[in-house]
Amino acid sequence: MLKTSNGIQKSSREDRFQGHDYYNIDQLLSEEHLLARDAVRDWVKQEVSPVIEQYAEKAECPQHLFKGLSEIGAFGPSLPTKYGGGGMDEIAYGVIMQELERGDSGIRSMASVQGSLVMYPIYRFGSEEQRMKYLPKLGSGEFIGCFGLTEPDHGSNPAGMVTHYTEDGDDIILNGAKMWITNSPIADLAVVWAKGPDGIVRGIIVEKEMKGFSAPEIHGKWSLRASITGELVFEDVRVPKTNILPNVQGMKGPLSCLSKARYGIAWGAIGAAMDCYDSALRYSQERIQFGKPIGQFQLTQKKLAEMITEITKAQLLAWRLGTLANEGKATPAQISMAKRNNVNMALEIAREARQIHGGMGITNEYPIMRHMMNLETVLTYEGTHDIHLLITGMDVTGFNAFA
Amino acid sequence: MKFLVCISKTPETTSKIAFSADNTQFDTSGIQYIMNPYDEWFALVRALELKEAHGGTVTAINVGPASNDTVIRKALAIGADDAVRINAEPESAMYVAKQIAEHAKDGGYDAIFLGKETIDYNGAEIGAMLAEYLDLPFVSFASHMDLDGGVATIKRDIEGGVEILEVNTPLVISAAKGLAEQRIPNMRGIMMAKRKPLNVVEPVGFDDPCHVVGYELPPAKAAVKMLDPEDMDELVRLLHEEAKVI
Repeated sequence: MLKTSNGIQKSSREDRFQGHDYYNIDQLLSEEHLLARDAVRDWVKQEVSPVIEQYAEKAECPQHLFKGLSEIGAFGPSLPTKYGGGGMDEIAYGVIMQELERGDSGIRSMASVQGSLVMYPIYRFGSEEQRMKYLPKLGSGEFIGCFGLTEPDHGSNPAGMVTHYTEDGDDIILNGAKMWITNSPIADLAVVWAKGPDGIVRGIIVEKEMKGFSAPEIHGKWSLRASITGELVFEDVRVPKTNILPNVQGMKGPLSCLSKARYGIAWGAIGAAMDCYDSALRYSQERIQFGKPIGQFQLTQKKLAEMITEITKAQLLAWRLGTLANEGKATPAQISMAKRNNVNMALEIAREARQIHGGMGITNEYPIMRHMMNLETVLTYEGTHDIHLLITGMDVTGFNAFA
Repeated sequence: MKFLVCISKTPETTSKIAFSADNTQFDTSGIQYIMNPYDEWFALVRALELKEAHGGTVTAINVGPASNDTVIRKALAIGADDAVRINAEPESAMYVAKQIAEHAKDGGYDAIFLGKETIDYNGAEIGAMLAEYLDLPFVSFASHMDLDGGVATIKRDIEGGVEILEVNTPLVISAAKGLAEQRIPNMRGIMMAKRKPLNVVEPVGFDDPCHVVGYELPPAKAAVKMLDPEDMDELVRLLHEEAKVI
């Protein structure tokens, strides 16, 4: 038993997870993708699985894992190495997210936010000075970042945001509040989206020590319990104008970041689904009822067969989306379809897997209930299940049914 | 200093083992492969640690077909500087030892590392054969190794204790648990591995005196017989007459 910082001990229980690849999709992946996936899988088995149930139970964020995530290269793997990224392609990024979420959606969220929502906008929309100042430290985990878009009264309608700033010489004065911000209470900086005096949304890098800026933690979550979530509160925060991201205006800034993160979630959800399926499959072979393994009963087989069918479809969707993303051709609507389908698939599988485990499925002896509760969040964050449906609806009909 | 690490590809530990219908070949369908853990976790990592402490290079070597390149690339991702693959389908440990010896004899290596055994055939033969071909000392099952000048201090776990040896380099050393700790490659290492040299060389001619003629699976486990816990006489009778253990 190894002790971690806060007395949580590494469980000696072995993580017996094995990947599932019913359609030999591995053959579509490169050597680099397979190495990346297996490395992150090994890391999760070594660092995440032995402690995650306890952190989730205590509703604590395993902050020591930020260092490990940076060492393995999980922060911004598809950004250029010059800026602290890994120089990998989008499929490599996808398989990394898949393996992290196989461990826990909260751990994947830590990496998604840092890479897609903080490093990516600074890389894509920042000045060279901003890139060099922040990106290497974010990539190495020395800085933790968070992303402020959602507000207490503006979730699915982010363009209605009220957080705004006025200008004062070389500075701006920022006021407003953001809600449901992953990593915010422990973040060194926040990429905040706010309206300027002209009513146009811009991205602003707000640093922890700036006066008037606070990030209280949100307690009482029954989901993503190993991930820390908070608010961002701005009361006349004076920020130098040099902290405004110069190369983007309007909602396409935050939305392009969300596309990147949603893409990672489309892959991540497969990881959570595979973990539930893998556990259910093994349990169905080991659990004896009426004198035989429950896997011999038709209704158990139906559940397992439906699960692997849905996982395989989701894998093909993610792989094709990754190929399009590598070519720079993945549209936001295509990403919406994959995020929505794959997260819902994972949640359904978690529920079915819970039934196969019977009473054991509700305990922390198995990862099922933790994944299920996590996925309830994943279903509605980064664009709700319903909104993504409307994005597809708008894409195919040409009519906007949002408002 | 120059280090050579012999790496092998083995089936993943949960693979279901089966043979061809005539029991002369291992059935590879559906098998996932990994680097032999003794080679990866202990031999390779200790070589890398010694390189980091003393300077030099680490070369990974494998005897096998092109499909082994993924495993070799992993060794490069973990930190080996370059790799050699001898392009052959080896049938015996002796063949592998001969091919590696041919590469190593003029390589100027200070130490040649390999895992204490592979987790598939568990032969633990190549180290000794390699040392014999190269006329070098061989230490097996090492759980600790340090280098100081031309002398290696090595600990081996033996029955009921530890043996401590001093051995002059160059030498061949087989790695047991404890020699080092697993290193998981990071994304930067994986990307760098793509640009590191993996040299493919053809094997030297060798008339292999050893050939596999067949495999047998262990007998299937017999069914469990359940007895009434009160019926000790029946238990004793079965242990005596059927199991023949008392």
